[in-house]
Amino acid sequence: MTEKSPLTVLDRPNSFIGKSIRRSGAKRLLEGCGTYVDDITLPRMVHVAFCRCPFAHAKIGAIDSEAAQATSGVIRVVTGRQLAEYCTPWIGVLTHLQGLKSAPQHAIAVDRACWQGEAVAAVVAETRSQAEDAVELIDIDYQELPIVVDMETALEDATPVIHPDLGDNLCFQREVDIGEVDKAFADAHCVVEETFNFGRHTGVCLETRAIIADYNPAEQHLTVYLSAQAPHMMKNLYAKHFGLNEDNIRVVCKDVGGSFGIKVHTYPDEMAAAALSIMLKRPVKFIADRLESFVTDIHARDHRVKARMAVSKEGKFTAIDMDDLTGIGPYSVYPRTSGIEANQVVNLTGGTYMIENYRARTRVVFTNKNGMCQYRAVGHPIACAVSEGLVDAAARALDMDPVDLRRRNLIPDDAYPYTYATGLVFEQLSHHQCLDKILEMMDYDGLRREQAEYRDKGVYRGIGFASMIEVTNPSPAFYGVGGAFISSQEGCTMRLDHTGGITCTVGVTEQGQGSDAVVAQVAATAVGVPMETVRVISGDTDVVPYGGGTWASRAAGIGGEAALRAGKALRENILEIAGIILQADPAALDIRDGAVVDAVDGTERMPLSEFGRIVYFRGDTLPKGVQPELVVTRHYVPKAFPFAFTNGFEAFHVEVDVDTGFLKLLKCWVVDDCGTIINPMLVDEQIRGGVVQGIGGALYEECLYDGQGQFLNANMADYLVPMAAEMPDIEVGHVETPTQDSELGAKGVGEAGTTGAPAAIMNAINDAIQPFGKHISDMPFTPERILKALGKV
Amino acid sequence: MSSTQTVSLSVNGEDISRAIEPRRNLVDFLREDLQLTGTHVGCEHGVCGACTLRVNGEIVRGCLMLAVQADGAKVETIEGVSDSGEIADLQEEFHKRNALQCGFCTPGMLLAAADLLKSNPDAGRDQIREYISGNYCRCTGYQAIVDAIEAVVRKRGEQSS
Repeated sequence: MTEKSPLTVLDRPNSFIGKSIRRSGAKRLLEGCGTYVDDITLPRMVHVAFCRCPFAHAKIGAIDSEAAQATSGVIRVVTGRQLAEYCTPWIGVLTHLQGLKSAPQHAIAVDRACWQGEAVAAVVAETRSQAEDAVELIDIDYQELPIVVDMETALEDATPVIHPDLGDNLCFQREVDIGEVDKAFADAHCVVEETFNFGRHTGVCLETRAIIADYNPAEQHLTVYLSAQAPHMMKNLYAKHFGLNEDNIRVVCKDVGGSFGIKVHTYPDEMAAAALSIMLKRPVKFIADRLESFVTDIHARDHRVKARMAVSKEGKFTAIDMDDLTGIGPYSVYPRTSGIEANQVVNLTGGTYMIENYRARTRVVFTNKNGMCQYRAVGHPIACAVSEGLVDAAARALDMDPVDLRRRNLIPDDAYPYTYATGLVFEQLSHHQCLDKILEMMDYDGLRREQAEYRDKGVYRGIGFASMIEVTNPSPAFYGVGGAFISSQEGCTMRLDHTGGITCTVGVTEQGQGSDAVVAQVAATAVGVPMETVRVISGDTDVVPYGGGTWASRAAGIGGEAALRAGKALRENILEIAGIILQADPAALDIRDGAVVDAVDGTERMPLSEFGRIVYFRGDTLPKGVQPELVVTRHYVPKAFPFAFTNGFEAFHVEVDVDTGFLKLLKCWVVDDCGTIINPMLVDEQIRGGVVQGIGGALYEECLYDGQGQFLNANMADYLVPMAAEMPDIEVGHVETPTQDSELGAKGVGEAGTTGAPAAIMNAINDAIQPFGKHISDMPFTPERILKALGKV
Repeated sequence: MSSTQTVSLSVNGEDISRAIEPRRNLVDFLREDLQLTGTHVGCEHGVCGACTLRVNGEIVRGCLMLAVQADGAKVETIEGVSDSGEIADLQEEFHKRNALQCGFCTPGMLLAAADLLKSNPDAGRDQIREYISGNYCRCTGYQAIVDAIEAVVRKRGEQSS
């Protein structure tokens, strides 16, 4: 590891980096003054509701919309074929995922619907309720088609092919075979083997997907208010599929009510709403209701992994061999594709350990269910649970303590940079430091003693661990190289106003995680002004520098670095002019707490408000030829590594009621290394929220489909998510290993909690029920499944 | 669906009268007819708690009550209780601990918390967790929310003792 130069912007006087400063943007949300899309009303605005296919796969015959069209308030009933004249279909492929294929997808189904919930007609009316009334009156002659619901049989000859033009139901396949896997298994002291099932679940953003599209025919200009994460990406796609000039499109994301990856994809109903605005030449609003969210918001996970690991007598992991299968719905989701999660499972499994022989195959197959795509911690919880589940199985087989076994195999903290078998390059990770820290936080030895005492009383408590790595700060290697216009760079424009205040515009977007707040902290630090004088504007493509938005934990690390660079440049420009005004060497000056000061002793020379007054209103007093430039823009794109990996440990302490199968989460600990911590409070809250989403997937959440492709629990009452009463307190600790790829050194933190929770909970349950010689590996771990594992039902 | 009914009620202390469709639920009435957009719609089937508001002093789900049922009632929303300063201490503690991220659940969560503080001023951590179990939060993991409410319990307790 190379040492950082001793003085960086982080060492500046009055630095706000590392301080738990409140989010200024949170105040409006606390008083009900936020602006979510549904809070916006435009003149002449109309509402769209969709008629959705009740079958998993059906040919669409005659559509009788006469009665609907005649309903009060109805402006237009539109079919897929009519809308196709305004919106071309798309295909969700990326060139770097070799062989990935998909079929053209329309905003509204044309001729055929491929999942229960696909839109087959739209009704535009003066109010949403009028539109919904009319939807009920549309009569469609459906002819049911054979369906594919079981991913296990999707590739069999007897199974119908959903898109005959593609030849089969295989969307994507990837195989890797590194080292001498067969030899390692032949030479192994023991081999552990397990099949892991991961339930299909979804994001359940509390604000459902929402769009208002406002087409201005006079200027052929489209403004879209969207609840989304990547406004520039959407602007490009609107241009492409509506045949508009991209420069004539503006996408505005104001307050976003949760996203978690759900709101970074192209949704047919949103594309339809925008196309309808162009067709009708007036603003169109679409707010998904909760029931349509369940059947159209992307789902995720739904993987079946068969995996085995070879272990030496000394407890060294010598090889992993795994087979992953996932069913992604009828189309690869556009434009990020539905191959990424499976790809990450192959990339990441075993990645915290020194494993040289590695074989993996993943197959991504089409099914007649709602589409699957990237959701928080893409692929990570799967890779983590497979790895950590195998490790605990090995610990049981060898009768070793799971912590000791991990220590023998984790990549040493002094082995970096390290290249894992799958080709991932780790700049500098801290697995052993994180493990030491978490053991201390949880009093591991004490918990083991307590466990033994409780067992004697017939109470079954368990402790489970997960070591984790997460992909953050993605470079263009993630999507850009695959041909998608998804930017990996971020820009920040920073302006000194005459008041001495700083206005920043950034490409990263805010959805509550606090990206505006951390940009403000970095800006205030880099320039040298108080927090309350910094304002951050994000989410408006007409205003902010071009950027990728918020996904893959990139906002703080990439957006923050852009802000740092802009802040340093602005400070330099201010000091150059201040030097002229004060007849001083700019190098002898600094900006601290909103004033130009002597760098050596901090004596105030001139407040920035006075500087602003001179520059903006009395430019005549400056020498000829001097032109102050108090607006700067700087960009940053990670280049040194494809991703800045973060790492950490997560541990759960649970109690299993072996008579009822009920599980109590007693406590959770997380130690995370996300590099430089800009705001400890926001980092801890990202981790806690992530852990609880991981708990959802581990214990409660599952989109249940029947054999006819009908989604059985598609409502909030039947689809369970974590609620306050069942959640444990989560204690968070940190190790800080800044990335050397940026001066800020920050990596992402959005994925960590979600990555490790399912693995650590699974291991904790299995630790609790070990006296019965049983274990469990099918998520979610419902009471029924726990009782089944125990052989009690 | 065209027949309307007149509903007269007090909303955040203002007397309001509107002719509305009988099927209009209370949260849509507040948001669409009165432009009080602070109360949010999360599920429209009474589960998520985002539309929690107060009718005659009791918290209700705005999506499960028709606006015509509120005829003659006293309705209070996040806008009203923010303006009056009634929950300023709760809002302060939520802000201090970042007990909100996207903020969509927050108005409903604050009204539920305020209701608990009224009915059980000594609520402990488990009781707080239990009481807010009708309000989904998808971002925070709840701990900071519980911490914030617990802090207000303690501070109000200190003030009254």
